[in-house]
Amino acid sequence: MSDIRLSRRRQWLAEPQTRKGALITTLVILLALFGPWIAPHGTTDMVGQVYGSPQANAWLGYDFLGHDVLSRLLSGGVSVLWMSVAAASIALVVGGTLGLLAGLSRRRLDQWITWLADVSLAFPDLILVLLIVSMLGRAPWLIVLTVAIAFIPGVIRLARGCAVSVAGQEFVEAAQMMGYSRRRILFREILPNILTPLLVHLGNMLTWGIGMLSGLSFLGYGVAPPAADWGLMINENQAGLLVQPWAVLAPAVLVGVFAYGTNILAEGIGRSSSRIGDKQA
Amino acid sequence: MHDASCRTPRTPAWLSWFIGRLGYGLLTAWVISLVVFIATQALPSDPARVILGPDAPLQSVLTLQQQLGLDRPIIEQYLRWLGRALSGDLGISLDSNAPVAAILFARFGNTLALVAGVIALVVPTALAFGVALALRRDRRLDRWSLSLLIFLKATPGFLLAIGLVLLFSMPHMDLLPAVSILDPERSLFRQLQFLVLPVVALSLSALPYLTRLVRAAMIEALESDYVIAARLRGIPERRIVWRHTLPNALVPAIQGVALTLRILLGGTLLAEVIFSYPGIGTLLNAAIQMRDLPMIQASVLVITLSVVLINLLADLLTVLLTPKLRTAWRVTLIQRNRRGIQPWWRRSPKAP
Repeated sequence: MSDIRLSRRRQWLAEPQTRKGALITTLVILLALFGPWIAPHGTTDMVGQVYGSPQANAWLGYDFLGHDVLSRLLSGGVSVLWMSVAAASIALVVGGTLGLLAGLSRRRLDQWITWLADVSLAFPDLILVLLIVSMLGRAPWLIVLTVAIAFIPGVIRLARGCAVSVAGQEFVEAAQMMGYSRRRILFREILPNILTPLLVHLGNMLTWGIGMLSGLSFLGYGVAPPAADWGLMINENQAGLLVQPWAVLAPAVLVGVFAYGTNILAEGIGRSSSRIGDKQA
Repeated sequence: MHDASCRTPRTPAWLSWFIGRLGYGLLTAWVISLVVFIATQALPSDPARVILGPDAPLQSVLTLQQQLGLDRPIIEQYLRWLGRALSGDLGISLDSNAPVAAILFARFGNTLALVAGVIALVVPTALAFGVALALRRDRRLDRWSLSLLIFLKATPGFLLAIGLVLLFSMPHMDLLPAVSILDPERSLFRQLQFLVLPVVALSLSALPYLTRLVRAAMIEALESDYVIAARLRGIPERRIVWRHTLPNALVPAIQGVALTLRILLGGTLLAEVIFSYPGIGTLLNAAIQMRDLPMIQASVLVITLSVVLINLLADLLTVLLTPKLRTAWRVTLIQRNRRGIQPWWRRSPKAP
């Protein structure tokens, strides 16, 4: 099992796109994780003049209240990072389980799950999240949960489709005829074969999650104001766009780079596992 | 039609499928109304409390509860709400005291204009671009365009919009208005310049998905047997591309356009807020900030129901444009195992 995993990873890394994506993603994650330690000032220390331009001791200038932009930038990544990772993982686990269940169960349950997924697909992601967050408040775990709920139908569809197509293949039939238990067939025959598309989807969900969470903060429904957060920084400093563009540009660029990194990582994995990776648009 | 007179007349098979699909759509719409109602009125959070804020005195909360009918049983509340919504009465906005329906549909029209603009720009571009890339597969142009498309796809849509605002609010870039504050007195068609930037921003984020879809569908169609047969018969390449493969590549594009529309209806919210465009997104955003409950319910309902309608139309178009599905006796989307072996999870349990 472990040598299969190892060779698979080597196969992924053979694709230059995967290496590039992994490098970018790792850099942004390191920046977000260790940024708070190397930040020169606290996130709420008012150290300069309002919308002060970049200087030698404040490379990115000051924001709308006179905070150091660089310090807030370094500390503002953690929230987006953990929330998007948590939301995407929850969606992957729950959606994957439900999708497998639908794909491998009897007609009735299959129809029910597929129908539920279809209904929830009618809610545009952002609208669903906004509806719930505006009604129940904006506790971080609640936001994570609603973003995960918005992602689940997509995972269900993907996992169900993959499970149905894998389950119809000869090696599954062979395993059935050899009298293996359902458990063994599920975990040793089917799951390894649908893992790659699910992982690619995880990368895509991370990209969307980063966009959606920073969009939520930008609208003012995400992380509450005194804390530092990239999306929130874009929102707060929008008024001074022409005076001090760095306070908006820097977090925007970081959000964009993070989303780009996770996305090409997913693209690379998808392309290397199926050489016709373009179908996974 | 000549064809119809030759055959014995019968109801087309897709019609019965469509009636079933319509029922399915209606059922979905009903569930959506239930979800919207539960999320706004039945969840443990008290709407009256949400509207008035945490510091309001108990007396006024109770009065508002009575005004909104929140003290009645939950089933009765739902039925009343549903009945009113069905007869077109979406309630009175708590914020502006005007009927919700009037405000909502004016704003929805603006959003539809925006979305129509995006579709009119994106679909032809994606088709031309996708076909061109498929024909130059794996050459330099293809690879460069694909990287560009991946970049556009990965960048969150609202960052693209902010970038455009930033670009066009620079000192020497006053060609186009950077924000779209429409004059409500004049008709939308007289102030189209305000539409340009939002349309471009949304198109940039919608383009990659459709282009790649068309490209992949074209590549698949170009490798199929009938194209080889057509080439062997000496049909010019141009005709093969436009007459033989493109119609086949278009069918997946319909579902792609439907999906794009669904994403657009959500994505317009951020773009509208950034450009201050008076559409349904800014309306919903303002309603949420003002805690205007009837307005929130109505806007979410309108947005989701239009998604249901879009999906219905896309399915109908797909069936009508695919000859195999259109003429089949029974339209079935369930795929059987190729050799007819029932897998174990489909077999009925045998009596011991």
